[in-house]
Amino acid sequence: MAPILMSGNEAIARGAWEAGVAVGVGYPGTPSTEVLENLVGYESVLCEWAPNEKVAAEVAGGVSFGGRRALVTMKHVGLNVAADPLFTQAYTGVTGGLVYLVADDPGMHSSQNEQDTRNLAAAAHVPVFEPSDSQEALEFMREAFTVSERFDVPVIVRMTTRVSHAKSLVDVGERSEVPPVPYAKNTQKYVMMPGMARLRRVDLDARLATLTEYARECPANRVEMRDPSLGIVTSGISYQYVREALPEASILKLGFTHPLSDDLILDFTSRVERVAVAEELGPYLSLRLQVLGVEQVETGLPAIGELSPVTIGRAFGSVVPPVRATIPDLPPRPPLLCPGCPHRGVFHALGKMHAVVTGDIGCYTLAALAPLKAMDSCVCMGASIGMSHGAALAGVDSGPVVAVIGDSTFAHSGMTGLLHMAYSRSAGTVVVLDNRTTAMTGHQGNPVSGVAIGGGAAPAVDLEALARALGAGAVRTVDPHDLAATLEVLKEEAAADHLSVVIAKAPCALITRDHKDPYAVDEEACTKCGACVRLGCPAISRDENGRAVIDTSLCVGCAQCVQVCRFDAIVQVGPSCDFGGAS
Amino acid sequence: MSVTTVVLAGVGGQGTILAGDVLAKVAVAEGHDVKLSEVHGMAQRGGSVDTVVRFGETVHSPVVDPGVADHLIAFELIEAARSLRFLRPGGRLVVNRRLVAPLPVLIGDLPEPGDLEPALAAEGAIFLDAEALACEAGSPRSANIVLLGAASYGLPFAAETWRRIIAERVPPKTVEGNLRAFQLGSEACAEGVCEL
Ligand SMILES: Cc1ncc(C[n+]2csc(CCOP(=O)(O)OP(=O)(O)O)c2C)c(N)n1
Repeated sequence: MAPILMSGNEAIARGAWEAGVAVGVGYPGTPSTEVLENLVGYESVLCEWAPNEKVAAEVAGGVSFGGRRALVTMKHVGLNVAADPLFTQAYTGVTGGLVYLVADDPGMHSSQNEQDTRNLAAAAHVPVFEPSDSQEALEFMREAFTVSERFDVPVIVRMTTRVSHAKSLVDVGERSEVPPVPYAKNTQKYVMMPGMARLRRVDLDARLATLTEYARECPANRVEMRDPSLGIVTSGISYQYVREALPEASILKLGFTHPLSDDLILDFTSRVERVAVAEELGPYLSLRLQVLGVEQVETGLPAIGELSPVTIGRAFGSVVPPVRATIPDLPPRPPLLCPGCPHRGVFHALGKMHAVVTGDIGCYTLAALAPLKAMDSCVCMGASIGMSHGAALAGVDSGPVVAVIGDSTFAHSGMTGLLHMAYSRSAGTVVVLDNRTTAMTGHQGNPVSGVAIGGGAAPAVDLEALARALGAGAVRTVDPHDLAATLEVLKEEAAADHLSVVIAKAPCALITRDHKDPYAVDEEACTKCGACVRLGCPAISRDENGRAVIDTSLCVGCAQCVQVCRFDAIVQVGPSCDFGGAS
Repeated sequence: MSVTTVVLAGVGGQGTILAGDVLAKVAVAEGHDVKLSEVHGMAQRGGSVDTVVRFGETVHSPVVDPGVADHLIAFELIEAARSLRFLRPGGRLVVNRRLVAPLPVLIGDLPEPGDLEPALAAEGAIFLDAEALACEAGSPRSANIVLLGAASYGLPFAAETWRRIIAERVPPKTVEGNLRAFQLGSEACAEGVCEL
């Protein structure tokens, strides 16, 4: 079969399938999401979106405990959520192979922070593979399952954005069917109370020692001897950059980066005159070299953000390619809420109320930007709720404190925060933005939307009943496209002396088929007041005279702008044959 | 140089990802090693998006550095100007004459950028109106394929390969319109060979 062009994530899915994986489970998060979205397309694998990474890791742990191979997927911050099961799964070990696919995001293309999963893996004492292209993603995935079972330990395959999303050619193989291991009760291995855990802790060290032996011979690690005057120790995408920037350099290419084989490193460094490390984030590899007393060339490579061939070349004195003069004063193009986005109506109301908005993570975080500027904090998934309670405890009173959280995020880690508010007699207000999907990461189903991973129907939780059961004193559902009603309900509930949950329910503009005819501005009636422009809808702009204009090819007829216009200047028109963006 | 680098620069939603995918598959079909890189996620919500396709005998890095690209195919004027830094001196520059104002401009926080065409023309830009040509092809949503046609003139691939891959990659009902769009794009830009 001819090689196929595959993204790293597609190759990971393929590799897991070839390895005979029985179950894939995860929570979406860029750049990891497409792994499960691809795996679900293969036969003989059950896939599920879990409400969060901890649940996903526990489900995968259960599959392994039950004797089958399991893959669990997440982005780097997801591993923080799943760290609790992982750290103890390292003790119990596995029955069926258990592999974590964790995708880091150096440069924060789509993340709230930068983390190096290798550090968390080292802290958890679990092995790590690091592919540098799609072919390795497939091969390392297969090897990861073998290693998991051979050494009785969960294994992490660490990707980064460039490896996950870059496409390269892959030779694929066939699926190996792996027979299930029959269940056998083993409390010494699986019941981690102190007496047993102490023994497993010692055993874990023994397993790590044998893994260090394995690292010496692991096919994922290799020495490429070229010019011995410079030797580079590298891993992941940095390897590709080194190959391009320094084609003559000798390389220790590490595809298995925890535990490291000191012998392998010292053997390589003794064969070259000067040694340098090229790695993104870190310092991880370079710290180990330091511990081993290996003198390293001071490269000045940054530990923040991404590397590239030119950054690496420059660090070693290569000529930087000449660049053209830049064209000055270009306006930035920040991402934005789509035309017809239901979130806009809620933030419009919160802005009017001068609310202190503790926000959360999702498309709606974009409401922090101009012109809405209606969000005061965003930390991690679920934080909006605890933050609002804490801000109230601190006595913040410059406006009503309101927590705003998406439906998927509420299911991920908002429910426990709400329970805490009820338990602590909070009279706060929590808005759940129920747009019927997990929009930010590409419209995955979730337990609120009632859509399963393949797009089929799944049971949907009754959000109102859930909020009441968690202890909300009032639960009200509004249509966020109805600006007056939304504002009224939010004002009432913010003023009320009970804990309130307001559910703003309307489907994401990108998933609904229910688009109406577009609107246009009546030039005569427009007074240039700018009220509609301040909604921040990409379909609305000002013409050279300051009048509002609506791009009818973008407008989906949500009519929020009609409601803010006090001059009846926005009128519905028929569909136009204007140019739309191609897709 | 044994590796050729093409950057497709546009705005989320303009179809740069599909165009990059077609280009990468064409290069594979013609026997090259290929790497393609794009960024998903947040940026797709109407932000700037660059898709990079690199092909040659052996390609290591999937990303592009400033001054490295041989071809810049810009789907929009501001993104053309922004991504110009990637294009090496002597590289081929194709620019769609479409302006998509970013939100800070739409809401009046920032002024409209001045007329960018003269500055781009000074950099050797070959201009076309991809949306108008797409309409002429009877396929208004195929501006991205028009732009691929414009790119194709400067690239060493057979027309037959382009046509086959496009036909495989677009929805069946739109094949004819897209092939016409590709043709119009390549005719509109039959100039400007990338200097090696
Ligand atoms: C722990 C963790 N897991 C995953 C993500 C990635 N992520 C960011 S936003 C988001 C989903 C948001 O969905 P929702 O709350 O429904 O809001 P919407 O985007 O639909 O407005 C996800 C999965 C993350 N930032 N942190």
